[in-house]
Amino acid sequence: MIRAELRRAWALVWKDLLIERRAKAAFNAMAFFAGMVLLTFGFALGPDAPGFATGEGTLLQYLSPGLLWVAILFTGQLAADRSFQLELERGGLDALRVYPGDRKALYFGKLLANLAVLLLMEMLLLPFAAILYSLDLWGCLPALAGIAVLTTLALAATGTFYAALTANLRARQVLLPLLLFPVLIPVVLAAVKATALVLRGDPMNELASWVKLLASADVLFLAVSALTFEYVVEE
Amino acid sequence: MSTSGMSSVARLGRVAGLLALPIVAVGLYLGLVWAPPDAMMGQVQRIMYVHFPSWIATALAYIVGFVCSVLYLARRRPTLDYMAQAGVEVGVLFNTTGLITGSIWGRPTWGVWWTWDPRLTTTAIMLVIFVGYLLVRAFLDDPEARGRVGALVAIMGFLTVPIVYFSVRWWRTLHQVQSSPNTVDHSMVIALRVMMVAFALGACYLMSRRYEVARLEAAVELLDFDPETEGRRG
Repeated sequence: MIRAELRRAWALVWKDLLIERRAKAAFNAMAFFAGMVLLTFGFALGPDAPGFATGEGTLLQYLSPGLLWVAILFTGQLAADRSFQLELERGGLDALRVYPGDRKALYFGKLLANLAVLLLMEMLLLPFAAILYSLDLWGCLPALAGIAVLTTLALAATGTFYAALTANLRARQVLLPLLLFPVLIPVVLAAVKATALVLRGDPMNELASWVKLLASADVLFLAVSALTFEYVVEE
Repeated sequence: MSTSGMSSVARLGRVAGLLALPIVAVGLYLGLVWAPPDAMMGQVQRIMYVHFPSWIATALAYIVGFVCSVLYLARRRPTLDYMAQAGVEVGVLFNTTGLITGSIWGRPTWGVWWTWDPRLTTTAIMLVIFVGYLLVRAFLDDPEARGRVGALVAIMGFLTVPIVYFSVRWWRTLHQVQSSPNTVDHSMVIALRVMMVAFALGACYLMSRRYEVARLEAAVELLDFDPETEGRRG
């Protein structure tokens, strides 16, 4: 029974990733958008402004954890929105609804596809940020990858939930971020804190609390979304 | 379901409203005249008698909104959706008055209108979450979809509030710790308790009125339905 659900979810992941691979345009546009946001921050804040507090480095280096996660948040919202617009264009969502089996499979399929797309985008964005803001990320790459997976999971979990909920709405471009961003504030906060601690050292051993917060947000978002998704895609 | 005459919700709400009036009057007298001014903050502290009860009313209304949303998804009775909507709307109202009175209190006490303190920030985020609920509903014409989408937004939003609170609390802290009734003058505690009861009853009254309005709006929507176009006119 569970195997059948997993197979259904996997089929959906495969389908979404195949679309992304064949029509690279969407992914490229998204990754480019994320890079553009980082670039814009560079212009807005100035590349030579000195960093706060520590007095060393530049302002961009000091703020980089926040800038990076804001760029990813914006892009994640676009990715989630797009993943359901694709389904709506040709009535794909109606077809998915009539498939037998649990709607949780539908949720986890869309979620994993979104997660994969976002993680891939981050793999491109991170080196770009390292070059653009001259950050030394190489040494803390494993820790950053862990934080990125936990954060992106929360982003994809809520993004998929709210994008499905607003897919049919006229004003979804405004409503999706309006619903999504406030519930993601704790996630962004924890991700920025954890990233800053990894980049600048963690004398007070605070990292574990932020990672726990990210993990509990993941558990909450996944549980609520999975349990209610049958009502989300109801017609 | 009849659309004329008073529902039991309206009757109970009217009782709560009639009870709230004298209790507000007594509470205001106790808080503004009878209780002594605060030793540190002076007369300014008296805003507490409307600030804190606002949060009691907010919590009560949001809990009603959350519980009715869960019940609506399970049972699909339109009345549960009206009650959920009433809860969230009244919650948004008291959430706003709580933030405004807090800001007015913060200015002379902390020297700033706004500070990134955990409870202040959490309640502000809570307000944005539930205003999102009201906005989404405004874009849905089908009553069933409005109730369903609203309920899901309310459930996810309500359950996120504790995580928001913990994240912001670890981030920074400045708010005075909640005073325990033991460290506060006895008369202040009595005045505050009376105002809390008054605000809770007032919230119940407002929710019952909002419920009635939602019920009538639904009845009007049915009358307005044009079967030819399968949509509402105008």
